[in-house]
Amino acid sequence: MIYERSALAIAVFLGLLGIVLGISFRLGAKAKSASGFFAAHGEIPWFVNGIAFAGDYLSAASFLGICGLVAFYGYDGFLYSIGYLAGWIVALFVVAEPLKRMGKYTFADALDSRFHSKGIKLAAAISTLIVSLFYLIPQMVGAGNLILPLLGLPYEAGVVLVGAVVIAIVVTAGMVSTTWVQFIKGGMLVVFCGILTVMILNRGISTIPPDGQTPFAMASEEELSANGDLEKLPAEGNWAERPYVRFRDKQSGLVKIWRKADDKGNLTETQYSTVSKDGKKLVGGIPQGRGEGMADFRPVGHVTHLAGDVDKTGPLGPLQFFQTLQESEVLLWSKDPKTVTDDSGEFTMYYQRRERGADLMMPGGSSSFAGVRKEALLGKLNFLSLMLALFAGTASLPHILIRYYTVKDSAAARKSTVVGIAAIGLFYVLTLYLGFGAMVSGSLDPTSDNMPAPLLARSFGQLPFAIVSAIAFTTVLGTVSGLILAASGAVAHDLMTNFLGMEMNDADMVRAGKVSAVLVGILAIVLGICFKGFNVAFLVGWAFSIAASANLPSLVMLLFWKPTNKQGIIASILVGLGSSLLWVLLSNEALDNLFKLKAGHMQFVPFSQPAIVTLPLGFLVLIVVSLLTQKPEAQASKS
Amino acid sequence: MDQKAPRDTGITSESEQYNARLGLRLFLVYCLCYGGFMGLSAFKVTALRDVVWRGVPLSLWYGFGLIAGALVLAVIYMVLCRPESASEKGTS
Repeated sequence: MIYERSALAIAVFLGLLGIVLGISFRLGAKAKSASGFFAAHGEIPWFVNGIAFAGDYLSAASFLGICGLVAFYGYDGFLYSIGYLAGWIVALFVVAEPLKRMGKYTFADALDSRFHSKGIKLAAAISTLIVSLFYLIPQMVGAGNLILPLLGLPYEAGVVLVGAVVIAIVVTAGMVSTTWVQFIKGGMLVVFCGILTVMILNRGISTIPPDGQTPFAMASEEELSANGDLEKLPAEGNWAERPYVRFRDKQSGLVKIWRKADDKGNLTETQYSTVSKDGKKLVGGIPQGRGEGMADFRPVGHVTHLAGDVDKTGPLGPLQFFQTLQESEVLLWSKDPKTVTDDSGEFTMYYQRRERGADLMMPGGSSSFAGVRKEALLGKLNFLSLMLALFAGTASLPHILIRYYTVKDSAAARKSTVVGIAAIGLFYVLTLYLGFGAMVSGSLDPTSDNMPAPLLARSFGQLPFAIVSAIAFTTVLGTVSGLILAASGAVAHDLMTNFLGMEMNDADMVRAGKVSAVLVGILAIVLGICFKGFNVAFLVGWAFSIAASANLPSLVMLLFWKPTNKQGIIASILVGLGSSLLWVLLSNEALDNLFKLKAGHMQFVPFSQPAIVTLPLGFLVLIVVSLLTQKPEAQASKS
Repeated sequence: MDQKAPRDTGITSESEQYNARLGLRLFLVYCLCYGGFMGLSAFKVTALRDVVWRGVPLSLWYGFGLIAGALVLAVIYMVLCRPESASEKGTS
C-alpha cells in the first residue's frame, strides 16, 4: 500500500528524536572512561535499569512483529510473547546474579573469569558479534517498514536513518545515554499501548466497514459467467494449475481475479499486484498510486459476523473483547507464496480467508506454527524448537546480559529484573489487544504483516498514529543502541584488549569502542537492506536460537557443573554458534526469501528453527570435550 | 585453593548458595508450567480452544497465567533472597 505522509507524525517523530539526541549529547561527558562508556559506571538506579531492560528488550519484533502476527494469524503472535517473557525466568533465576558477580563489561568477562583463556575471549566475542548482528537485522527491517508511512520515504532510507541516529547515540555517550533512551522508550511504549488498548475496547467491534470502504465480494462462477459485461479468460499456462478464475470487464478491459473458495463454484474476490515485463508495478491492472487513473490495495481486516447477530457491540470490557471475538467470524487475508507469471508479467495474489474466532484463539493459524494442528511430528518439533529458543534465548542475548553491569550489586540486578518482567509482561498482554484490535479495524495493509500497530493507531486519528509511529521508531533506536554497544564492547574489550593484548588506556578503549560502533552500525544497515520483506518476529526467532545455542550451555555449565573447563566452553560456543547459524542459513525460509532459490530446491534441514537440536548439542559438546580434556590432577582429585 | 575455586564459579557465601538454590527451585516450578503449555500446544492443541471461564478459552488463560506467574515468582524470589554483600545489607 502507499501511505500518505503525515505532517503531524513527522513533527512528533522529530520532537522525540530531538529529545533522544539531546540526552545523548548532554550525557556525553559521563562516558569518557571505559567503565562509563560500556557500563555507565555501574551507577544506574535499579528502577531505571528495570524499565531500560524493557526498553532494550521490547524491540521492533515485539511491537511491530507480534502485533502483526496476531493481526494476521491470531494466537500465534502471542506464542512469541509467552516465550519472550518466560525467557526472563531463566535470566533472573539462573544467570543474573552469578553474571553480575563474575563480570565487568561484557559476557566474555563472566565466562572467562575462572580460566583467563584467550580462546574463550575470542569465542565469546565472535558469538556476541554474530548474535548481535542477527538481532540487529529485524530491528533494521522494522525501521525500514516504519519510515514508509511515517515520512513517506523508501524502505532503504529508514534503515540508513536509524543506523545513522543510533551510531550518533552510541558514539556520543555509550551506555549512559543508551540506558536513558531505553528508559524513556520503554516507559512510553507501555503507557501508549495501554492508552491504545483502552481506545480499542471503547470502540468495540463492528461488522460495518469504516467510512468509504466497500465490503469484499463473494460470487459464484456460474453467476459471473452469465454476466454479459464480463468475459471469462481461459486458464492457460501457469494459471491452469492455480485456484484462480479471471474475468475481464469488456468495457474497461480490466481483469478481476477470483479465488476458488470451494468445489461448488463459489469464488472470493482477490487483490493482486503485477510487475510488468518493463518493471512497472500495477495493482488490479492499474498503475499503483494515489493519483487519477491509479489504484492501490484496499485496506483489510473486518468482522463478517458478530455474536448475537448484531452489527456493532459498543464498548467492551477486557474479557468481553475476547469473548466476543471468540464467537465471531473474521475476514482475514493471506499472500499466496507462489506467484503466477504470464505474458503480461508476474502476479502476486492476496486472497480472503474466513476464520472462526475460536480458531484464531488457538495455536497453529500461521504457516510457522501450522504443524501443531497436523499429525506429522516434524511440524510439532519446529514449534517446540522455537518455544525452546525463546525460553533459553533471552538469558543469552549479549545486549541484555551487559545491562547487569550497569547497576551496583546483585540485589539491584535482581530488583531491576523484576521491574523489567513487570513492564514487559504488561506490554505483552497489551500486544494481544493491539493485534486483535488491528485484525478487526479495517485498516490493515494486506501486503505487510509488520504494519498493523501503526495502521491501527491511524484508524483512531492522525495524533495516535503520529505518537505510535514515533514511539515505534524510538523502539528501534533503543534496541539497536544496546545491540551496537554490546557488539562494540566485544570488539574493543574482548577482542582488541583481551584477546589481541593491545595496550590501551581508558581513552583508547573508548575510542576503539566508538570506531567499532560505527563499523557495526554500517554492517547493520547493509544487512537490514538485504533482509527486506521478512517478518521481524520470525527473524528474532532465529536470533534467539543462535544466542541460546551458542551462549547458554557454557553459561549454565560454568555455574553448575564443576568439571567444566576452557576447552569445553570454547568447543560448546563454537559448535552451538556454527551449527545453529548453518541450520538457519540452510532452512527453507532462508533459501526461498534470502537466497531467492527457485521453488523445488533441495531441502537441507527438516524444519526451520534449530534450537531443539543445536542447544542440546552445545551442552553435549561441552560435557564430552570437558571430560576428554581434564588435567590429570583434576582427575586424580576427583577420584 | 579451596577458597578460591568457589569464588571463581561466582558462589562464595552461604547467602549466595541459598539464593542460587532458591532460584533453581523456582526455575523448575516455572519450567513445569511452561513445559505443560508447550506439550498441550504441540500434542493436544484443540484442548486450548476449550472455553474454561468467563467465555475465554484455555489458550488465553494459560498464556496470561504464564506471564502473571513469571512476575509472581520473580517477586517471591526478590523477597526471599538474602543479601550477599556488605553493600546489599546496607541498602536492604
